[in-house]
Amino acid sequence: MVKVEQLTKRFGAVTAVDGIDFTVEKGEIVGFLGPNGAGKSTTMRMLAGYLPPTSGRASVAGFDIFSQSLKAREHIGYLPENVPLYLDMRVGEFLRYRAGLKGVPQRRLTERVGDVLEMCGLDEVGKKIIGQLSKGFRQRVGLADAMIHEPDLLILDEPTIGLDPNQIRLVRDLIRNLRRHHTILLSTHILPEVEMLCSRVIIINKGRIEAMDTPQNLRARLGQAGHILFDAIVADPRAAATDLRQLEGVQAVSHRRDGDWTIFTIEVAPDHDPREALFHHATENKWRVREISRPPVTLERVFAEVTGGEENF
Amino acid sequence: MRRFFILFGREVSSAFHQPLAYVVMCFFLVVTGFNFHAGVSLLNHSSGTTTMVEAFFNTVYFWIPLVLVFPLITMRVFAEESKMGTLETLMTAPVRDFQVVFAKFAGCLFFYVILWAPSLLYFSAFGAVTGIDAAGAAGSYVGAYAMLLLMGCLFTAIGCLASALTDNQIVAAVVCFSAILCLFFIGLLAFFIPATGNALREVTYYFSPIEHMMDFSRGIFDTRPVMFYLSSTIVVLFATFHIFQYRRWKA
Repeated sequence: MVKVEQLTKRFGAVTAVDGIDFTVEKGEIVGFLGPNGAGKSTTMRMLAGYLPPTSGRASVAGFDIFSQSLKAREHIGYLPENVPLYLDMRVGEFLRYRAGLKGVPQRRLTERVGDVLEMCGLDEVGKKIIGQLSKGFRQRVGLADAMIHEPDLLILDEPTIGLDPNQIRLVRDLIRNLRRHHTILLSTHILPEVEMLCSRVIIINKGRIEAMDTPQNLRARLGQAGHILFDAIVADPRAAATDLRQLEGVQAVSHRRDGDWTIFTIEVAPDHDPREALFHHATENKWRVREISRPPVTLERVFAEVTGGEENF
Repeated sequence: MRRFFILFGREVSSAFHQPLAYVVMCFFLVVTGFNFHAGVSLLNHSSGTTTMVEAFFNTVYFWIPLVLVFPLITMRVFAEESKMGTLETLMTAPVRDFQVVFAKFAGCLFFYVILWAPSLLYFSAFGAVTGIDAAGAAGSYVGAYAMLLLMGCLFTAIGCLASALTDNQIVAAVVCFSAILCLFFIGLLAFFIPATGNALREVTYYFSPIEHMMDFSRGIFDTRPVMFYLSSTIVVLFATFHIFQYRRWKA
């Protein structure tokens, strides 16, 4: 569906996108993940046919985005980051206009507008002026616009940014429903969103692709290493920490006090799970234990790891 | 062609969706009405051969609103879309750049034509009340309105160019106003060059809207200004098209 080869975009001396390659198969939902200024929006703008690449090639549905731009654009529905809309138009009127512009045949206009109004939950605001709508509704109008001509590929640039939690949930549900009919490329920096929606993740940083895999595999890559939380009442935390370090697979132990309790954070080597040994050790020493847990590795950590730390957030 | 008409329709409706349109129309009606009144009183006090149409189209009250109205009509067309970001959704729809540029130009020109439509009523009212034909001959009408349209084409194109240059509507308006004014000043030079047959004076004639209107409102149809307005409209629109593309690709 999407094929990107050595795509590069330079703005003067700044290289925004630096020779990226990837493909998206039909029916996939691919998440574009990266810190601000990583090149997500620029890549999406190039794919949508808004910006010409400096070098490299990309095609959508078999059409080159540059030399066959018009054909390619007919297959793309694009929702830019800040959802630009004509604020003076009514919702239905706007969608009719956009549908016509995107080549929906005259006789199907009313039907298509009705369909997307219903799909996006816009029925009751169809006659309202867009300028008077809330941000959540505007976002949905933007989505409705992106899919009105039934494009094969939907490019959604941060579709949930600036929405309240309820609206975010609505938009996510909508996107999840769209996966049946469309291939979707979306960008975000909300990591749980990627885990919830995407079948594949592309992590991009400073214009380059740092990692590209399913969310599960990405987690697995770091997954074996990790840490264990151990929360107990011990007589001498310092001595206990030294003891714990002797357990197999333990690399480092740090601790802090929480009233009578001591919370140990135990760094574990890959392919080791010392939780059982830890439990035995605790019973032998008659420690009162409140928690032994191994928090799952989140994409957040994967992200921090590949993009070079938290400072990028 | 369908896409062009959809774009054109959008341009026209957006022009009428904004309060500025009605302010401009009111201003225009008031000033042209006053201009008509001034024309009538001029005819009352002179015993020359001037017709009503000539008197109407050759006063300062005619030129002032004419020059002012183009920045107001055109400043918004590209600058607003560019600032609001709607250019991004517009240009990722399967439309060609020249369709967009031409639709915006045509939309503005349409609004300009609407502005002038009521003036036709003035002349028929004049004829009905006084029993005198407002124009010496039908050619006078045709000439004057043809010249209005020709100047409208060029000045609208200049306005579109100015608007494509910037995100700021005020800047666009000032650039457009200055460019049109420059053209007027070149034309005005002719009045300061006394001798006839002077080469410079001949040259300024080609650029002078005032002289063109003087001839055309008498029904003198000269192909040189027609060519001048049409060809420069095309050149300016072509420049607009390239600036529009350039700014987007640089963005």
